[in-house]
Amino acid sequence: MRVPLGHAPADLCLKGGLERGVLHEVFAAIGHEAAATGFTAGLAARVAARKRLLWIRQDFSALEFGELSATGLLEFGIDPARLLLLCVGDAADALRAANDALSCAALGAVVIEVTGKPKILDLMASRRLTLACAQKTVTAFLLRFNVEPEASTAETRWLVRAASSPPQAENWGHPVFEADLVRNRHGRTGEWVMEWSCDEGLFKETDRGAVVSAPSDRPAAAARQAASL
Amino acid sequence: MVVAKVDNALRLSAVDRKATSLGLAIGQPLANARAMLPALKVVAANEPDDAKLLTRIADWCDRFTPYVALDGPRGLLLDVTGAAHLFGGEQALLNRIRESLKAQGFAVRGAMAGTAIAARAFARYRDGTVIEPGEEAEMIAPLPVAALNLDAITTHAFRRAGLKTVGQVASRKRAEMTARFGAAMVAILDQALGHGTQPLSPRLPIPDYWKEQGFAEPIATEEVIRATLNSLAAALADVLEKRGEGARRLEAVFFRADGALRRIAIEMGVPTREPTVIERLFREKLDTLADPLDPGFGFDLIRLSASRVERATCEVADFDASINEKADISFLVDRLATRFGSQRILAFQPNDTHIPEAAWAAVPAQYVQPTKLMWKKLREPGDAPRRPLRLFTRPDPVTLLTALEGSQHLRWRKVQHAVAQCEGPERIAMEWWRHEAPQPARDYFRVEDGEGRRYWLYHAGVPPQWFLHGVFA
Repeated sequence: MRVPLGHAPADLCLKGGLERGVLHEVFAAIGHEAAATGFTAGLAARVAARKRLLWIRQDFSALEFGELSATGLLEFGIDPARLLLLCVGDAADALRAANDALSCAALGAVVIEVTGKPKILDLMASRRLTLACAQKTVTAFLLRFNVEPEASTAETRWLVRAASSPPQAENWGHPVFEADLVRNRHGRTGEWVMEWSCDEGLFKETDRGAVVSAPSDRPAAAARQAASL
Repeated sequence: MVVAKVDNALRLSAVDRKATSLGLAIGQPLANARAMLPALKVVAANEPDDAKLLTRIADWCDRFTPYVALDGPRGLLLDVTGAAHLFGGEQALLNRIRESLKAQGFAVRGAMAGTAIAARAFARYRDGTVIEPGEEAEMIAPLPVAALNLDAITTHAFRRAGLKTVGQVASRKRAEMTARFGAAMVAILDQALGHGTQPLSPRLPIPDYWKEQGFAEPIATEEVIRATLNSLAAALADVLEKRGEGARRLEAVFFRADGALRRIAIEMGVPTREPTVIERLFREKLDTLADPLDPGFGFDLIRLSASRVERATCEVADFDASINEKADISFLVDRLATRFGSQRILAFQPNDTHIPEAAWAAVPAQYVQPTKLMWKKLREPGDAPRRPLRLFTRPDPVTLLTALEGSQHLRWRKVQHAVAQCEGPERIAMEWWRHEAPQPARDYFRVEDGEGRRYWLYHAGVPPQWFLHGVFA
């Protein structure tokens, strides 16, 4: 079951949209944690439809990157009442809670926010998450801060950074992301500038011209793609 | 022989039987006692440890009745109304308590009577007796006045007046007594005579319902413990279902054969009575205990008690998917709360204020109450978000630098960011009625740097200081 993101080139690359009931990964470029948070929240909201979201974060992440704000979510176009927030001590607890929560079919999506590169988060852990998702078709998002993208069993892997608003725009400051799809298990990868529409609750193409073209035929992206496989 | 410092002098605070027979008494100065018996063996009193030991004995007594109250420094009061027949009658129960405690190495005195004060008097002067209802007045009459456990001045006054026994005191007119010693003393006297009752104030809250299972042979294996919990949960569910109620808090109490006791509680967001749910939550709790349940020589009694009982409406689950979904979510919340603690699984609630950090609260999801307040969007349709997605609980101080050519830089966490866009100010005044000292109003700015990162800054105070309060997506 695939859910269209709304951004046409990305949907084309994903063969119709983001798949439900699997594990997706979003890596934040260093210093772009808030952008990655927004991007993940957007993906999770799309995939969850009207169901509730569980956001698992580590205790210190509120100090380091800021607490997820209810008014911020509301402005972003996500009803804060839909969100459950779980604070845990370490990554091991986060994964245990996520595995537990993924068995609850009433949830739409589970976001696991992990900072750095904890030992416990290895191939085995991501395999376990993937299996847990598949049973009840709950989608898992692993949101990673302060770490380089690494191998896992995720369906897709995104590298996200904030993109500038168009210069001299009257109404600037919409959530715009430079999203780099570095791995896609069932299709091509790509790199796009995606804007989250807070009113419609979907991603769209930006008005500004600098949309990056499909990259699989460009040498740099091809090399990266080869590395990710 | 134990000694403690009272009124700046070392006085005897506890004496054993042999010391009593040699003429020593509680309250005597140590120097006097030493003068009488130079070979005295003295130990310093340790009140905190004594109190701890008494609580542990009270815990042990919990197996006979949940109404256990601490009485003074070395007494326990048990209300066994309606419980005695479970242990073969009042005399048998009293003997069992006394003998078990004696076997554990304690010096015990105990008695049973219609009122707590009478029971206390008989325990001191007629160890091991059970007073039939209505016989208190007759039985207590020959006891000395000290049996009433009144303060030293009153007892002394009685003795001066020639009233040596409780019977003599009781024979005086009540009005005289009240005029001389106050109504409180008369109330105590009446209770000692078996009139009127004063409820105990139990040490622990009394559960609404409880079921328990005792074992002739202590059990230690995990399967038997689980099976017992399940059958107790089913029995409790029957009671709750008949009354249309569910419990918000369940406590399993494990009484170990050697007297140790362990309480394990789970809490639920909605009133629950489903045995499968209860069983699952207990399993979760037992699996994640930091110090696991230690059966030792085995448990000889397991009790499951329900408290915070509320009316549980029975919803027809299968017809409406959204009800199922709600139940699933609340079960998940309970499970996560059982595992990680209820203050760790949170849900958002709006607050009626425009101060950014107070406009919402993350409250434990188990205790969320429906509110009338609505979430209100600040932006017009088509506008960019007006509030950041991530908010710092403590705003970070930042510095704004202006370069020679007029471009501005923002220095946050030791990194400089060039300011590309800026919008503001949005003035947010602090609510003067909330703070003793008025807080300065804040002027908020939305700022975007050269890389597209969007920040929410404010300046406040005199001279103005800049803070970074949040980051936009």
